[in-house]
This record gives sequence, C-alpha cells and structure tokens, in this order.
Amino acid sequence: MLCVYIRHISPSIHHLSLMGSMSNKSEIRLLGTTASPYVNRVQFALNLKSIEYEYVQEDLKAGKSELLLTSNPVHKKVPVLLHADKPPICESQIIVEYLDEIRPDLYQLLPSLSLDRANSRFWATYIDTKFFPLYEELRRTTKKAGQDAIKEEMIDATQLLEEAFIKSSNGKAYFGGDRVGYLDVILGCFLRWIKHVDELNDFNTFDEVRVPELAKWANNIWSHEALESVAPGKETLVYFFGLIHVYRPPYQ
Amino acid sequence: MANEVKLYGATRSPFVCRAVIALNLKGIKYELVVEDLSNKSADLIKYNPVYKKVPVLVHNGNPISESLVILEYIDEVWNGVPILPQDAYEKAQARFWAKFMDDKCFPAVFKAVISHGEEQAVAEAQEALQFLENELKVKGSKFFGGDNINLVDITATFVAFWIGAVEEALGIELLPKDKFPKLTEWSDNYVNCQAVKDSLPPRENLVAIYKKRFGKA
Repeated sequence: MLCVYIRHISPSIHHLSLMGSMSNKSEIRLLGTTASPYVNRVQFALNLKSIEYEYVQEDLKAGKSELLLTSNPVHKKVPVLLHADKPPICESQIIVEYLDEIRPDLYQLLPSLSLDRANSRFWATYIDTKFFPLYEELRRTTKKAGQDAIKEEMIDATQLLEEAFIKSSNGKAYFGGDRVGYLDVILGCFLRWIKHVDELNDFNTFDEVRVPELAKWANNIWSHEALESVAPGKETLVYFFGLIHVYRPPYQ
Repeated sequence: MANEVKLYGATRSPFVCRAVIALNLKGIKYELVVEDLSNKSADLIKYNPVYKKVPVLVHNGNPISESLVILEYIDEVWNGVPILPQDAYEKAQARFWAKFMDDKCFPAVFKAVISHGEEQAVAEAQEALQFLENELKVKGSKFFGGDNINLVDITATFVAFWIGAVEEALGIELLPKDKFPKLTEWSDNYVNCQAVKDSLPPRENLVAIYKKRFGKA
C-alpha cells in the first residue's frame, strides 16, 4: 500500500525500495527536507534513540518536488520513513510512535502509564491541529487586525501549553520529566520555525514573563544535541520561507 | 477502588459512538452521562477544559478526551477483543488511516453537508472517500481490520452510518453505490456487527436532527 501523500513522489520511493532490497546498507531511511519541522521531529526521535538511518534529502528545486510544494502543504508530505522493504510510513507523529514500538529497548519516548500516554497523545494532537497551524495562519495574514487576532490565539494557546508543561514535567526540566520525552520531541521540533515567524511579526511566543516555564524549557530544548544537529540554520529557513511564500502565498 | 468508567457523550455524535463501540466491543461496564450540547454540564467543562467537547472517558476519576486517544487508551487498559493491530507496522498503517479520516474525510464530508450538497464540495468529499474505497479494494478483506473490525473501521463509523442519515435528511447523494461499491458493501457488513449494532443511535432520530439542523429553511 502506497501512502496517499507520497503518490506524488512515488518514482523516487519505488527506486529507494528497490535499492533497499538489494543492499542492506541502511535498514531505516528517512525522506525529508532540512527545514521541515516534521522531518526534524523524526530525526530528533531517531537521534535520541540512537537509531542509525540514512537521510534522503528531497531536492526542493527538482521537478518532482515542486509537486510536493504545490499540493498539500509541504510539511505534510515529508517525512516518509522507509524501514527495510516495507511500504512507507507517513505522518511524523505516527512515525515517532512506530520507532518507539520497534525499539522500546532504546530510549523509550512515550511514558509507560496508559493515562500518561493518553495525555501525551492528547497534547500532541493539540499541538499539531491547534497550536502550530497558527504560525502558518500568521505567515499568510497581511492585515494587522488579522495578525493581532492570531497573536491573541497564540497567547491563549501557549498559556494552555504552559499549564500542560507544569503538570507533565512535575517540577523537572522536560515534559518527559528528568529527560526528554515524547511531548518534548513533538513540540521541540517547531522552535526554530516559530522563532523565525516571531521575528517577522514582532512577537515572542515563549516570552519569559507570560510563560516562564515554557521559556526555560524552550532554551533547554533549543540546544539539545539530538535536535541541534539536525535543525535548520537561519539561511535554510529564510530560503525555505521564500519558497513557501510563492507556493502558499499570503491571503489576499 | 473498583473500575469506575463513565462516558460523557451525546447519541447524535459519531465521535461518541466510536467510544461506545469500543467499550461494547471489550464488554466494559460503563455509565453513559448524556450531555445536552447546547447546555454543557460543569463536569464536562471540568473534564475537558481545552475543547469542552464530547466524548470524554472518565476512568476512576481520570478524564481522557479526543475519540482516537480514547480508543487507544481503552485498547491499552482492557484486554479482550483487540482494537489496534499487534504488529508495529500494521499499527502505524491503522493509525495513518484513522488520522486521514479525521484530517481529510470528515471535514470534507461536513463541508458537503453544510453546503447542502454543493457540487464542488461533494466532489472533494468523494475524492477523499475514494482513498478509503481504494484501500478496501487493495486489502480485499471484509473490514479495514481484515476479518474483524479494528481502529480504522471504528473511526469510519460516520461513513457507514452517519452519511446515510445525512443523505436521507438532505436529499443529497454523497456515497453512491456505483461509485463506491466496496465502501457500500463494507458499510452493510459493519453496521451488522454486534458491538456496532448495540452502539448506533436510531437512524430516524439522526435523520430528524439533520433535517432540522441542515435542511433548507
């Protein structure tokens, strides 16, 4: 079964699948683009779990990749995980849970208790469906009244996340407590993108006064080596934003 | 403390129905707290402050919100009939389809409904549903879960039952048999499963509600 989203990039996936069965060089292959926070999310997880993988960069300038950009938003097409000769796995949250399940012995990301797992999944859904989409909205909104309204929503959302963090961290540094866990990965991957949008819009998502605990957390995660090693630099972000601006332009 | 299970819900909601089906499938005793969605209870707001929506499962005083999160929780905590596949890869695929349904299918179907079957909206809904049709074709099995229903079938309850009710209420056609032979066959089989039968609201109630809510004035 081919993932519906990778319909558009199936030629390269097919090729990769064939390669996999011929040489067992890399059991796990990740298809992505450097600036995608969803790709970073999976890389963050792979690094924490010390799982070796081959990273296959989608070339944003190549013909097929324009399809990636023009159909559903680019961050919903990659990442794609290829494991041995199995058909691809899509959707970053699903990939992260999959990695946790195939290697539970290596740095478990999701908490052990069912109630805590439910809590993690709840907030992961909130982050992906309610929180992060605000940043795309802000990017595409040009009128000040609209921008102000979105910023208000961001303030409300971060307040909820601050409370969620306080409950989840139990006085420790991460959502996962003493160490980086699932929610840290789910939210942490967005930091650089969020900062870029913040700067373009005279806003500060993780403001120390408004959300003191999240602000501390953001600082910790920003420089965590498992994430820092794969996060995009400023130039890459600027370039990527330029491309997105063309393919998903601001609202008229 | 004994296992105390409460489900805050409303019978018209296909999302609540998912939770009811899961509870019935596992044979879990629970108390249904019926919510008047136009006048939500203090308890509901306390248990789901972020969304203030149903369903909310409360297990020994601990609330769990979001239907798909509830399904995973029920499967983890209670043994018996499995809801998710055992194999990690199959699990990932099941989660993918469940997510696809909520991210793409449901919103598209909803749009088609509130536009009273406007051509473009219906076309988009059918485009999304076509992926499900193809998946059934490729799988070649009775259910998305194979011989037995699983997470994907349960997530698709709105396709099997709610779409039909809405079609009747509004006099529109969303899932014609000739275009969606597999989904039609699947729907018939699905609504006849015991756990599903025991959980569905009366169809005429839904039709009446939708006539009132979405019908042309």
